[in-house]
Amino acid sequence: MSEPVRESMEFDVVIVGGGPAGLAAAIRLRQLSPDASVCLIEKGSEIGAHIVSGAVIEPRSLTELLPDWRERGAPLKTPVTAEDMLYLTRTGSVRVPMLDRVMPHMANHGNYVVSLGEVCRWLAAQAEELGVEIYPGFAGADVLIEDNRVVGVVTGDMGVGRDGEPGPNYQPGMELRARYTLFGEGCRGSLTKKVMAHYDLRRGVDPQTYGLGIKEVWEIPAEKHRPGLVQHSFGWPLDNNTYGGAWLYHFGENLVSYGFVIGLDYANPWLSPFDEMQRVKLHPAFRKHLEGGRRIAYGARALSEGGLQSLPRLTFPGGALIGDSAGFLNVPKIKGTHTAMKSGMLAAEAVAEALKADRPEPAAFTDKVRRSWLWQELRAARNIRPAFARFGARGGAVYAALDAMLLRGRAPWTLHFQHKDNETLKPASVCEKPAYPKPDGTLTFDRLSSVFLSATNHEEDQPVHLRLRNPSLWKTVNWDVFHAPEARYCPAGVYEVADEDTAPRLQINAQNCVHCKTCDIKDPTQNIDWTTPEGGGGPNYPAGM
Amino acid sequence: MKILVPVKRVVDYNIKPRVKADGSGVETAGVKMSMNPFDEIAVEEAVRLREKGAASEVVVVSVGVQQAQDTLRTAMAMGADRAILVLSDESPEPLAVAKVLKKLVEKEEPSLVILGKQAIDDDMNATGQMLAGFLGWGQGTFASKVELVDGRARVSREVDGGTEEVSLALPAIITADLRLNEPRYASLPNIMKAKKKPLETVQAADLGVDMTPRLTVVSVAEPAERKAGIKLDSVAELVEKLRNEAKVI
Repeated sequence: MSEPVRESMEFDVVIVGGGPAGLAAAIRLRQLSPDASVCLIEKGSEIGAHIVSGAVIEPRSLTELLPDWRERGAPLKTPVTAEDMLYLTRTGSVRVPMLDRVMPHMANHGNYVVSLGEVCRWLAAQAEELGVEIYPGFAGADVLIEDNRVVGVVTGDMGVGRDGEPGPNYQPGMELRARYTLFGEGCRGSLTKKVMAHYDLRRGVDPQTYGLGIKEVWEIPAEKHRPGLVQHSFGWPLDNNTYGGAWLYHFGENLVSYGFVIGLDYANPWLSPFDEMQRVKLHPAFRKHLEGGRRIAYGARALSEGGLQSLPRLTFPGGALIGDSAGFLNVPKIKGTHTAMKSGMLAAEAVAEALKADRPEPAAFTDKVRRSWLWQELRAARNIRPAFARFGARGGAVYAALDAMLLRGRAPWTLHFQHKDNETLKPASVCEKPAYPKPDGTLTFDRLSSVFLSATNHEEDQPVHLRLRNPSLWKTVNWDVFHAPEARYCPAGVYEVADEDTAPRLQINAQNCVHCKTCDIKDPTQNIDWTTPEGGGGPNYPAGM
Repeated sequence: MKILVPVKRVVDYNIKPRVKADGSGVETAGVKMSMNPFDEIAVEEAVRLREKGAASEVVVVSVGVQQAQDTLRTAMAMGADRAILVLSDESPEPLAVAKVLKKLVEKEEPSLVILGKQAIDDDMNATGQMLAGFLGWGQGTFASKVELVDGRARVSREVDGGTEEVSLALPAIITADLRLNEPRYASLPNIMKAKKKPLETVQAADLGVDMTPRLTVVSVAEPAERKAGIKLDSVAELVEKLRNEAKVI
C-alpha cells in the first residue's frame, strides 16, 4: 500500500485521549489561554465509551478545576456513607478494625461513588463550552516526530480491509499538527509506548507494574440498595503472593459497581483474573448484595500500579505524558482520577507558559508536579505496593499498617520493583491449576456473555490490531512453557488455542477486544503488540461504568 | 433538484437494549445514541446523487429532542447541506412524523424524499409509506438501487425471491434497504465543517401538527433467556434427542 496523501490541520495543543487527565488538561488550557486552539481526540465512539473505573473519587482536583461543579450539575451524586475493608477466607470474612487509623489512605469521607464514564461525559461538555474541539471516534495511530520534536499525531486510517488494502469507503487518517501534544491514553497507551521508546523516558526508573481491573454493574432490588456503601476485600481467593482484591459500591439508582483488581505481577500462568472475579461473587460477603439483581454492564482495563518509583520522565520536546499514561495512580488509595486530573491540570499550566515563551519542551511540568500535593501524596504511598510485591499479601498488609501508623508515609527508605510483570510467570508444569466453578448464569458468567454486555464492536473487515512481533515464539514459549496464559488473562476471550490436541495454534479474536491492554503487558516475551484499531471500535460502555 | 432526508436518533446498534426495571420501556438514559443505520444509508444515497450532479441540495430533518441535533450534524458531516430540527418532547410515532414531514415537504418542495426503510428501535416500517399516502406520491420502498433517468426514478426493490424494478415519476418517496450502499466515514475536516452548516430549529406545534401518541405501550419485556446447550457423544444420541425431546423429527 503506497503512503496515502494525508490532510493536515494545525492546533496549538493536541490531546490524545478523552479521560479525566486529557479533559482536565483541555479545560485548564482554555482557562489559562483562551485563545489557544485545543483539539482532543478519543478512540472510543463517544467520550466515556472506553472509561472503566470503580469508582470512588476524591473531588479535590475537580474543585480546583471547576470550583462550582455542583452548580454545573456534575454527576457526583452519591457521597460515601459507610465503609468496610474485609479480609476474606473461603467462607468467612473479618472486618479490618479502626480502618481510618490502620489504613488512613482508605478513608473515603467526603468522597463520591460515581460512574467515571458519566463524569467524563460531563467534563467533555464543560470543555466544549470553553471552546475545546473534541472528536470521538478518532484513534491516534502514530506520533509525528520531526527534528527530534513531537509535532503532533496521525489519526488512524478508516476503511482499510483485513488484507491491509484500502476498501471502497477508505478514508486516510489525518495529520493533527500541534505545538504541544499531550498523551493521556491511560495505562499502557500505544502512542505513549512509542514516545517513551524514542526519548528513552524510562531510563533510571523502576519498571512499571500493572494491575488488571474487571468490572460489572448490577441493578439490584431497591430494598437492598444502600447508596454510598463502599466495601473492599483482600485475601481469598488469591494466594498470599498475589496482589489484589474486590470492590463493591452502591450508587445511583439501585446500581452496584462490583469489580476485582489483580496485580499483573502474579506468577501462576493457570490463574484467570476473570474467573477469580466471578467466584468472589459467590462469597457470602458479596453474594448477599447481588442476589436478586441483574448484571447490566461489563468491562475491563489495566492500570498502572508502580507509583512514584515507576514514573517516567514526564516531558520531551513538544509534549508531555499525563494521567495513567505516565502512571499517576495512587495504589493504596485505589484512586487515580484525582491524580490523573491534577497531572493534566499541571501539564496544562506548563504548556500555557511554554506557549507564551515559545519553549520547545514544557519542562516546567515536572517541577510543578514535584511542588504539588500530588507528589506528596504519591511519595507517602510509595512503599506500600512494593511491600506487597516483596512480603506477600499478609506481610504487605502489616507493612502498610505500620507505615501508616508509625512512619506516616515518611519512611527514610524506598522499596523498589525488581521485575517487569511479563517476567514473573512460572512454568505451567510447576504450578497448580485453580479449580474454578462453572458459571451458574445467575451470579457468575462466562467470558463471551460478558463481552456481549460491553457492547464491543470492531468493523469486521480491518487488519488485526493485536500483532505478534515474532509468530513462532508463541509455540515455543507461550504454549510449551506457559500453556497459553493469554487464553486466561484476557478478560474478553480474544485469545483461543485452536487444534489443541493436534497442532496447537493461537487464534486471535480481535473483534472481542475491550482495549484493556493486558496482553501488551503480560505476554512473557512482550511479543504481543497492541495497536489502535479503526477509530470508534472497541467497547461502548454505558453510563454506570 | 432538492432531496429531503429524514433521520432518527436511536439507541446505537452496538448496544444491547435493556428494559427498564418497571417494564415501561427501553432504558435510554446514559445510553449511546446514534443515527438509525438505514437513515445513514439514505443520507449516503442522497449525497451521492448530489455528487453525481443529479441533485443540487440535500436537506436533512429530524423530529425529536434537542440532542437529535447531534444526529443532524453527523448527517451534515457526511455531506448534507443543511438541517431542520423539529422539536417534540413526545416520543414521535410514524403517523405524527409523517404529518410533520408533509408540512416540511410543502415548504421545501423537494423532488425526492429518501428515508430509511425503518428505524431499528421500534421497527415500524411505516413513515415512508404514510408520507407517500399523505402526499399522493409514488413510492419505491426497500430500495437496493436508485437511478435518476429522464426525470424519473428507477428503483430496484428487494422482494421475496428476487428484485423488482419500479419507475417512479418525480416527486417520489424512496426508502433505503441495507444493500443500497455502504455509508462513508465522516472525515475529521468534514465533521469540523458540519459544525458551521445551517441548522434550523422549529417547534412541532408551530407546524400545526398534533404529536400526541396514538399508541399505548402495554408492556415491554426482554426475550426469554436461551437455555444452555449440552454436548452429546454420538449422532445416535442427537437423533434420539431431536425425536423424543425436541420432537422435531
